[in-house]
Order: sequence, then C-alpha cells, then structure tokens
Amino acid sequence: MGLSHKDLISINQLSVEDVQEVLSVAREMREQVRSMKQTEALKGVTVVNLFYENSTRTRSSFELAAKYQGANVLNISASSSSVQKGEGLIDTAQTINAYYPDVIVMRHPNSGAHELLAKHVNASVLNAGDGMHEHPTQALLDFMTICDYKKNLEGLKVVIVGDLTHSRVVRSNILLLNKFGCDVTVCGPMTLVPGGIEKMGCKLVMDFEEAIKDADVIMMLRIQLERQKAGLFPSAEEYTHFYCLNKERLALAKPDCIVLHPGPINRGMEIDGEVADGSQSKILEQVTNGLCVRMALLKLMAEEV
Amino acid sequence: MLLKNGHLVDPSQAIDGVTDIRIDNGVISEVGPDLPEMKDEEIYDLTGCYVVPGLIDTHVHLRDPGQEESESLETGTKAAIAGGFTSVVAMPNTNPIVDNVPIVRYIAEKSKRLGYADVLQTAAITKGEKGEEITEIGFLKEAGVIAFTEDGRTVENSGILRKAMTYSKPFDVLFMSHCEDNNLKGAGVMNAGALATEMGLPGIAREVEDIIIQRDIMLAKMTGVRLHISHLSTGTGLELIREAQAKGLPVTCEVTPHHLFLTEDAVRGYNTSAKVAPPLRTAEDNEALIEGLKDGTITCIGTDHAPHSADKKDVEFERAANGISSIEVAFPLIWTKLVETGRFALNEIVSIMSCKPAELLRIDRGSLSVGKVADVMIFDPNVEKVVDPQTFYSKGKNCPYVGEKLSGWPKMVLREGRVVLKDGAIV
Repeated sequence: MGLSHKDLISINQLSVEDVQEVLSVAREMREQVRSMKQTEALKGVTVVNLFYENSTRTRSSFELAAKYQGANVLNISASSSSVQKGEGLIDTAQTINAYYPDVIVMRHPNSGAHELLAKHVNASVLNAGDGMHEHPTQALLDFMTICDYKKNLEGLKVVIVGDLTHSRVVRSNILLLNKFGCDVTVCGPMTLVPGGIEKMGCKLVMDFEEAIKDADVIMMLRIQLERQKAGLFPSAEEYTHFYCLNKERLALAKPDCIVLHPGPINRGMEIDGEVADGSQSKILEQVTNGLCVRMALLKLMAEEV
Repeated sequence: MLLKNGHLVDPSQAIDGVTDIRIDNGVISEVGPDLPEMKDEEIYDLTGCYVVPGLIDTHVHLRDPGQEESESLETGTKAAIAGGFTSVVAMPNTNPIVDNVPIVRYIAEKSKRLGYADVLQTAAITKGEKGEEITEIGFLKEAGVIAFTEDGRTVENSGILRKAMTYSKPFDVLFMSHCEDNNLKGAGVMNAGALATEMGLPGIAREVEDIIIQRDIMLAKMTGVRLHISHLSTGTGLELIREAQAKGLPVTCEVTPHHLFLTEDAVRGYNTSAKVAPPLRTAEDNEALIEGLKDGTITCIGTDHAPHSADKKDVEFERAANGISSIEVAFPLIWTKLVETGRFALNEIVSIMSCKPAELLRIDRGSLSVGKVADVMIFDPNVEKVVDPQTFYSKGKNCPYVGEKLSGWPKMVLREGRVVLKDGAIV
C-alpha cells in the first residue's frame, strides 16, 4: 500500500485513506507488540532520530518503534544552543544524507524546519514536532485512541484545553479531526490562544466549564511554568482554579467522555490526579498507541523507499 | 551627446511626448523636437523608448562597510543603476554603524570614485544605534548626511528621540523612522493572524508599527522637525499619516514595492526570501497603500533593498535574516503592475520615483530641464523578461519575485551625462 506522500511533515499530507491505512497497520502492530515484540520487518532499514529539542517520550517511542522491527537506529541529540553556534541545519542534513538513511525522524524548535530538511535529503522525513507548527504522530496516536472508544466520528465533540499558542499538538489535531467531521472546541487563557485559530476549523469557547459541556473527548495540554514567568498567566494557582480538569468538571461532559493528555502531565495543575488515574483517562493507552502508530509509519515509509 | 526621438516624461517641465535632449559636460543643454545633429556628437536613437529623470530610491542597504558578503558599495550601486536609480539613500546600519564623520567620508569617497549611483548617506540618531546617546547631528549634517534614522530598529526611548529632534532644530534635518514597538513585537516573524497561527510562527500585529508611527508623529509635532516614515506596511498606519498631513504637519512616508504587491501568502512554505521587516501584510493593506500612493499621502518609493548572502536566508524561517533584494526589479514591478494595468500614468510614477523624492531630500535632481545634471533613465516598454536573481548585479539573490514575467526594464542610464548602463548592462 504505502502512503501518498514520501514525507510526513504535516497532517495535510495525509488523505483520509492514508490515515485509515496507518491506523489499520498500527492496530496490527498493537497485537504484535502484545504477543511477541521483536520482528525483523525493518531489517536493513536505517532510521535516524535527529532531536534538536529535549524529548524523552517521543524520542523513546520512535527509538523502540524502529528497534522492535529490527531497524538500525542512530540517535543524534543536538541542543538548540549548539545549533546557534555550530553547524547549520542544511550542513547537518547533508552529512546525515551521506550515511544513506531510509527515514529521518526530526524534532526541531523552529516551525517549518522539516521543509528545509526535506529539500536536502533523499530519505523520508518524519516530523516528531516542529516549533509551534505540527506534531503529526501525536495527532495520529490521539486519533487512534479516540477511534478505539468512539465509533461515530461525525459531529463528535472534542475539546482541547490549555496553551494553544505554543502547541503543535493542537494544530495537528485540529487538521486531523476535521478530516473526519469531528467538532473541535478549543479553550485556554486568552493570552495562550493564537489569533485566528478558529479559521483552522474549530470553535473557541473562553469559559472552560462551558467548553467541556457534553464533550465526547477532552484533551488537556501540558502547561509549562515558563509561560507564567513570561507573563502569560498570573499564577499557577489561578491557572488551576480556572483550567484544571477535576472530577466535578469532568461530570459536565458526557458520561462516556474520555480524557487524553499528550504528557508529561503536571499532576494537580492542568489535570487532577484523580482524573488522570480515573477510568475515563486513556493516557497510558495513548503511550502504547504512540509506539504502534510510529511502528506503522516507519514500516509504511520504509516500504516506499 | 544627443538623445534623439525618445518619449520624454518629465513632470517638472510638464513634458510628455517625443522630443530630443542634448547634454554637454554632464548637464542638460537643450530640450526640444528635432534638434539638429552637431559634428562629432555622440548620438543615440531612442525611438520607442521612454526617457525620464533618473530614479531616486529613498531607502537602501548597501552593507558596506562590514557586511561585504551581502553587498558592497560597488555591487550595490551597480545594482541601483541596473534598476534605473541614479541616487539612493543608504541606511546607516552597516558595521560599524554610520554614526561618525569618518565613516560618512569613507562611503562618500568610495561611492564617488566608483561613479555609479549617487549615494546619499543617512546617519544614526544615536551612537551605535544603541538608543542611548545622540550622535553628532551637527557635524554629520556638515559632512553631507542627508537624513537621520535608526533604520533596522526604533529609538525605543521616547525621551531620547525627543532630545535628538529638539537638538537638531538649528540644523534643519530630516528624520526617517523605522517604526516597530519591540515589546509588542516580541518574537514575531511574520504578519499576525490566521496564517501565522496555522504555520506555527509568532506574529507581528499591525499595531507594532502603528503605535510608533503615531508616537513619532506626536514627537515631530512637539519638536517641529520634518518626519519621514520608512517602509510603511499597514493601511491603518497610512490613515494616521493622512490625518497628520491634514493637520498640516510636515510628515511624509514611503512604501516598498513588496508592501504594494505581495501579501503574507508569499511566506507560505516557509519562504525566507519573503521574510521582511515590517512583514508582508494583507491584500487590503496592498490596496490601501496603492490608494495612498495615488492620492499623494505616500510621497515616494523606497525599495528597502536589503541584500543578504545565501547562508543568512537558507536557514529555518525564524532564524533567517529580514529583507528582500529588490532594487533591480522595483521599476519593472511598478511599470508592469501599476502603469501597464492603467492605474497610474507614467507621469505620476516619474513624479513619485524622481521629482517628489528629490524635493523631500532637497537635492537638485528629478528634472531634465535645461541646466540640470543629466541623471537620466531610459527604458523600452516592449521588452519582457523573467526575473532571475542569478543575473542581478546585487550580491543579494533573496528575491521573492523569481520567475515573474515583467516589462519596463531599464535599457540605458546616464549619470552626470556619462553612459553607465547600456543595453541593460553596466558599462
């Protein structure tokens, strides 16, 4: 089968069929991972994980997704500070290209960095997060989790809450959920809502409790404390008072509403411990689904090369 | 020298028709139909071509001294001539900053020796463009500085700008203002709005510019100096200038070709050649600015020619330098998009690109009447060419118009009566 595009930089590059294909392979992977983890499906394939930002979860997930299938894995970590003084992205890209990798997984602090990378390498480029732009594998794993619980996607009310400005997760999710007719609502402190976000295909509701009323899915985003220091909200206490998902608030959503979070969670800040650990929370399933989605993408991309 | 059969468009003499021009010792000596040919005279038959006073660009970056990998006085002034500009106003944000007399002399002597475009040099308002101490405005004016500007940045401290303006009063200088409120701009790299949100890039709201435009108008009114707003990008800022002019304040402004013809859509795909400060805005702003040019609120065109070496642009969008290399395509863009479309008469464009900037800068240019210096631009309106930055004289190939088909390319340029551009090539 394979995907319609060589790279995965933006959700916009995926057709509805592509998404269904990725999820279908990811579900097979999930069965496989549960029974016998290791295969040789990607023997001889080389995957480079190029991380310009600190990441434990996404990087581990990609690393295992490649290793469980027998691929060669090269991990490169470059902190943004060394980027500032050292080698430029194009030079790094050309150096890596000279190793003949099949897939380059990159996370980069600047939006659009992957488009620049893709122009200078032959390998498929897989976006593990670029600046405030996109994080397509996160959206796919979120979607896979939603599909496990919700059969009827048309008009499904998905509410995304938190720091929308700096979130690549929210952008990729809006694009993907819109492809399947879901009804996306966003909410967050107005200093963390980027101008014109509604034009991406979502509804903005300023009041958290009003936003999550009758929700089918609530996705809480991590709030970083640096944002408070930058003056974007007055205090952690006030944030929690107005935007923390606790048991009482969750009761405003539909009874079968599921709760997602891309992690790592700030327990007690944007999500109450009781909710994070409760039966409606699917946060750990998201982690497994993330592994499976990435395994599926690496397989589909390697097949194309 | 005799220029024969060209169509002279010169608003200063209200001429718009085929006529001959004679030049002696670098000065226009005769203008009239069917001038008799003299013995041993150099003669150019310009049938089918337009002849206009040399164009004047009120805003360029020549990068010399200090950033010669991006441009030099030689490549920059050759590029200006190739674009039809015989005089250019050079910004002071070189390295070191133009904030003292020796640098002004270095630039003046070097550009004069080169002999291409006349470089009219601006100086910084504060030493090192640091926004702290005012420069030697008097000495600099005496050394020939044409205007004072902190271009590339704004004098953020209103108190310091007020002091510079007040102190400058006896010297009667022109202030040019790059308007950007840095605190409001934050990390912004493109126009704020839905597209910036979609692309995940921090935005620059129009208020970033408009607030400083209004502040500087108020300070100019308070101190009584002449104020020229550089590279206006917003229709709302234009409105503020229009109001100031209606009150009789000596406030002028310029617009770049890219703020007339390009929108924020040009940065889609993270196209760094369209990354510029102030940022490209919306089609509504384009339209308002064209309207402002038409009704005279906008005095002139400043190209904001901002050449950069490839390694400053071939990087991540947020890290890329701001600026467009545009001096060689500015006139063809305006000819193709404003004159050929019928929105402006050539007469109006000559006024905007030569007569009015000469008046603003108080230089004896912008006219080809008898006795004037023969800075002349000639173009053949029927020649079409596709924009290819690789053919630029400028070292800056950072040009978002690549591949566009334009006409109105300068064919011949005279500087003080010398042929410096012939058949579109530097002599």
